[in-house]
Amino acid sequence: MSSPVRKDPAAPAFAIVNAGQPGDRPATPKKVPHKGGAANPSVEALRAKFGSVIGRHEVMWGDTTVFVERTKVAEVCAWLQSDPTQSYEYLSDVTAVEYRDHVRPIEVVWHIRSIKFRRFLRIKCEIPKDGKTPLEVPSVWPVWKGADWLERECYDMFGIKFAGHPDLRRILLWEDFKEGFPLRKDFPMRGRFSRSEQLKNALAADPEARYSMEEISIADAYGDLPLDMRKRLAGGEKVGE
Amino acid sequence: MGLITRPDQSVQTGSKAVSFNPVAQEGWVTTRLDFLVNWGRANSLWPMPFGTACCAIEFMASAASHFDLARFGMERMSFSPRQADVLICAGRVPFKLAPVIRRIYQQMPQPKWVISMGACASTGGMFDSYAVVQGIDTIIPVDVYVPGCPPRPEGLIYGIMMLQRKIMDERMSNTAIRDEMTPDPTSQLYIPPSRIDELSEPFGNSVHQTRSAP
Repeated sequence: MSSPVRKDPAAPAFAIVNAGQPGDRPATPKKVPHKGGAANPSVEALRAKFGSVIGRHEVMWGDTTVFVERTKVAEVCAWLQSDPTQSYEYLSDVTAVEYRDHVRPIEVVWHIRSIKFRRFLRIKCEIPKDGKTPLEVPSVWPVWKGADWLERECYDMFGIKFAGHPDLRRILLWEDFKEGFPLRKDFPMRGRFSRSEQLKNALAADPEARYSMEEISIADAYGDLPLDMRKRLAGGEKVGE
Repeated sequence: MGLITRPDQSVQTGSKAVSFNPVAQEGWVTTRLDFLVNWGRANSLWPMPFGTACCAIEFMASAASHFDLARFGMERMSFSPRQADVLICAGRVPFKLAPVIRRIYQQMPQPKWVISMGACASTGGMFDSYAVVQGIDTIIPVDVYVPGCPPRPEGLIYGIMMLQRKIMDERMSNTAIRDEMTPDPTSQLYIPPSRIDELSEPFGNSVHQTRSAP
């Protein structure tokens, strides 16, 4: 089987690909080195635009990771999304990594993709474990609305605060989960409480307290709403999804 | 709700006097009525499927034509707890679902039974983690445990037949079996907290799971 060949073999790897043009069809790259290789050209563009905000970059298996200063992530992402030469329209994932190490910082990771240019870029920022730096990064929710639940999940599992997120609360675990953040390395696998304590806490939750905001407001009118829901309602949360 | 043994009907043959307590004896009519009622109940169990994981796939296979739960009068899945007789918990139950399954159990009318299907529902299985209930018998009373990961339909059917046998052994004269177990008012648990902790202790190598960062 012969794979589709580019028209111009000298064309750069990240040239604009016009879908529908025969011969310009993307081919799966062959012989991609484990480390090194051509970096995503967006890295150079970022360096030219933002300077010292952009840290080192590394290329592994053809994917580029670029390290960005913690407080400037949202700015960088907004530019990457809106600039016509970058056009990263799609946010794949927001997550974090903590290593089993005292010194190695916690990393927050954004996977973004440009559909137009067929590019993939992984943005990381490092939060040092010095006890002084807050576990907080700016939210990219204003840039990609899809970041909403991804950031909530990251907060749920790692306790990383996303400044500017409209509704940052737990998403997978229940809202009154008191044991901490399970994917942190100091979290014991079986949880912090005893099994009976965990059961008591879980059973104390009201199974009907998870309805839509319309139903919550009706329940509020009758005055039988649990405390956490009443707080959310008082916080000015909008009715409806 | 343990298995109820039949009332002691042994006659002391050693001595001349044959002890006879008419109050403790069941009459012929009552036992026949018991049999009829139990026969009816055992052969028309309407299941409330609580499928949360792969066990539910095996449960669906049991209900499908090859294994055919209709033979047991169970083809009518009751997706409302109000019309259900037996709650079949198929799959792991996270703590987030614990109040839900308890509410479902409490909404089922008496008489009601519970089958805990599979390793996860019975013991937490391999999910010995912060998020998974270590056996649903810590939340609701369970009648039959079906082991397996997941159990094959034959296993579930064997469990159902055990439940039927248990139902056939019920007696109207024994009111204890009709009384609904109430959880302990302070802890809201059916089992004492100390025993729950003891039961869900890790065994074997899994003690290392409690290890946290160095």
